[in-house]
Amino acid sequence: MELVEKMLSGSDLSLARLITLVEREAAEVPRIMSLIYPHLGNAYLVGVTGPPGGGKSTLVDRLTAVMRAKGFSVGIIAADPTSPFSGGAVLGDRIRMQQHYLDKGVFIRSMATRGSAGGLPRAARGVIKLLDAYGKDFVVVETVGVGQTELDIMEATDTTVVVLVPEAGDTIQTMKAGLLEIADIFVVNKADREGADYLAVELEQMLRMSPKDSGWQPPILTTQAIHDIGIQELYQEIERHRDVLQETGQLSLKRQEQRKREFIQNIEQGIRATILKLAEKDGQLVSFLERVEKGELDPYSASMEILSNRTLLQTWLSELEKEG
Amino acid sequence: MTEEKRIRMLMAKPGLDGHDRGARVLTLGLRDEGMEVIYTGLRQSPDKIAQAAIQEDVDVVGMSCLSGAHNYLFPAVLEKLRESGAEDVLVIGGGIIPKEDIPFLQEKGVSAVFGPGTPIKEIADYIRENVKRKA
Repeated sequence: MELVEKMLSGSDLSLARLITLVEREAAEVPRIMSLIYPHLGNAYLVGVTGPPGGGKSTLVDRLTAVMRAKGFSVGIIAADPTSPFSGGAVLGDRIRMQQHYLDKGVFIRSMATRGSAGGLPRAARGVIKLLDAYGKDFVVVETVGVGQTELDIMEATDTTVVVLVPEAGDTIQTMKAGLLEIADIFVVNKADREGADYLAVELEQMLRMSPKDSGWQPPILTTQAIHDIGIQELYQEIERHRDVLQETGQLSLKRQEQRKREFIQNIEQGIRATILKLAEKDGQLVSFLERVEKGELDPYSASMEILSNRTLLQTWLSELEKEG
Repeated sequence: MTEEKRIRMLMAKPGLDGHDRGARVLTLGLRDEGMEVIYTGLRQSPDKIAQAAIQEDVDVVGMSCLSGAHNYLFPAVLEKLRESGAEDVLVIGGGIIPKEDIPFLQEKGVSAVFGPGTPIKEIADYIRENVKRKA
């Protein structure tokens, strides 16, 4: 595929167009992914998440400046929500990252969530891979600031940074499950505001109540991203976390886990698409569907009947092969 | 597997304008029309706008200019887009633009110019009909 070759030889435009194909879940995606596969695994993936308005974009901007000063290239994915009403979106994270617009070593892509429920667009994993294949040393992924269900980002990246601000709520808020369990590094941003030290202390006490046994205790940093304070320290903690993951073998384990999950998800998606296709034209399935719709048959016994009918499943398979 | 195509737009403010009310109103309006709108913020150079348009792989660049420098700024962005091989991006303009300047801008590649008071729906329909890169 010409676009992939051009991308691998350093064309920004080709990279951008490949990202669009991945984002659109185009038919070419499996082909693109297998072509870039040999070029994967060199980028270190950093996720940045936390409630809206916490300063994530500004923090990513400053962190990127530190990475650039050390000579590393950076890819940034900045996600913002799609409107459930119009399907449109306003993508505004880029505004905070203007100092990097003309730097060839930084590639910024804004993505709308397009119907994904977590803070991460469905296509983000594919886009991370493209940036990795393109040769970026770091890929930084900023999520939508949804708050409590951010597991996607933990699964998709190596180090997860959770950004909180003093006005984010009391300790009970921080004891709730979700956001706080996924953090490898805590950042209390806007640390010049009242209550920042208090929040940091409370976080620390809470972490002590449930120590992790993975050989890594999440550090708590205070930053003022807009004043460039605490960013070097954040970068150092990311590096330290990477070293620990590498030394303990957790990084390769995590990547193994990611590959496995992706393999299963791809098959799952393929089978789901196939079933949807069959549901339109296969006589037996259609008659089941009609009875279920009318309420003559309950959905559970209907699906069990289909799953236990081997001959039926085999006819479907052979029909699909014919279509191939 | 393929989902319907969503139009991606870059809303840009080239030059030294003091406010961006019009660009913001349009950003929200086009979001409500189902488009993904990336907003650059005020005071962008043509280089920065073109670079953002390329990385974001937008279908449309909309530029708003109030200061009177449109005859320099708009063509400069188009030039940069062409240099980078992104000549298939639709470029439209708006702001305070004298009627007599419009033919010059069109000759330079700005497809259409929308002045104050244009209904958002009209702009959205224009974009949908004129996007050059159909999926």
